[in-house]
Amino acid sequence: MTDIRTYLKNYDGPELRLMEVCGTHTAQISRCGIARMLSPAIRLISGPGCPVCVTVTSYIDRLVALSLQPDTTVLTFGDLLRVRGSRSSLNDAKAAGGRVRMLYSPLDALRAAAGEKDKCFVFAAVGFETTAPVYAMLLEEAEEAGLENLKVLTSLKTMPPVIDWICKNQGGVDGFLAPGHVSVVTGSRIFEPLSQKYGIPFVVSGFTGEEILASLYALVRRRGKAGVLNLYPSAVTEGGNAAAQKAVERYFAPCGAAWRGMGVIPGSGLALREEYARFDAGSLGLDDDRSLNPECRCAQVLTGVVSPAECPLFGGACTPRTPQGACMVSQEGSCYNYFIGGRAAQ
Amino acid sequence: MCVALPGKVIQVNGRKATVDFSGNTLVAEAGLVKVKPGDDVLVHAGCILQVLTESEGKAMRDILKELEEL
Repeated sequence: MTDIRTYLKNYDGPELRLMEVCGTHTAQISRCGIARMLSPAIRLISGPGCPVCVTVTSYIDRLVALSLQPDTTVLTFGDLLRVRGSRSSLNDAKAAGGRVRMLYSPLDALRAAAGEKDKCFVFAAVGFETTAPVYAMLLEEAEEAGLENLKVLTSLKTMPPVIDWICKNQGGVDGFLAPGHVSVVTGSRIFEPLSQKYGIPFVVSGFTGEEILASLYALVRRRGKAGVLNLYPSAVTEGGNAAAQKAVERYFAPCGAAWRGMGVIPGSGLALREEYARFDAGSLGLDDDRSLNPECRCAQVLTGVVSPAECPLFGGACTPRTPQGACMVSQEGSCYNYFIGGRAAQ
Repeated sequence: MCVALPGKVIQVNGRKATVDFSGNTLVAEAGLVKVKPGDDVLVHAGCILQVLTESEGKAMRDILKELEEL
């Protein structure tokens, strides 16, 4: 590891822009101070790896409206509570009398729905490939239990199409730190076509500081060469978790999905299949995205066009206490992590 | 949101498993992977996503050695 650190610190080859597309990687890079361990010629860019941050405002607006409907409770992970829609957040809705409940696992939603069958429960099903199988399990159990009062509002997205969008529309990325937990489900080979198409390396990385450093080292060493390397072999296989993929396919089909800052990307989302439409709480057509603060640069931050520190609100009007955009709300958000980890100064 | 934590299975009960996370135990969904007591597993949002293998150390060393030769 000492050799790797020395190599990365003293690297003096062509300037490289390496993108991480997993919020947990973003958080860990800040927590471990990894950016400071690298040569100035290696620039880390945070991509659209935080599912909460890429969620458009019309989705939040719909959740807020649902929480204010009679006999309806919105169930969500904590990350989403403070994210604002075009007018308010779920926390604001709760303060205004809306019913919003935070859960740690989607499976807790089953208990909630079974306990009050005369009320409607809507789970905010946000996430990437990692979380989609969990929602599939939830639907399977809801079906088996005959629960008709549990629904999902989906905003599920998949990684390869958005990586393709970034490479095609912006370019300038010399390698990707591929998301470890997405790869647990999809398998590492899902990134092979993109790697070949753009002639750049992908390295599937684990989440310790050492694993991330080793993966960055691999990306630098393999610069300019296509190929996918799996440096998280204890959890990731080439083919991924087949049972999880099957469960997702049973309930969901690919669809176009709206991403903050990128608009609708064809085939980048997962929508409930028609035969399971009875579980849907109105997920289709939620594509509008209007930031509350016109100065907010979340959209450009998410695509790596600007660094969080280049946003005029960063660290002034926008801090984790007074977030203006989703990237400063979520603990996986780029702005939050640049602020907390002092990366803005680099 | 894609955070997943490693734990050890201590009991399996149908499609549910009790998982130990450094002393804290939680019941997790085990419908996506076959698990048995003693397995090290990766849990995301209350659901076991994978059984962890111990291959990391050697595999990493082999790959890094190859990279040195590039």
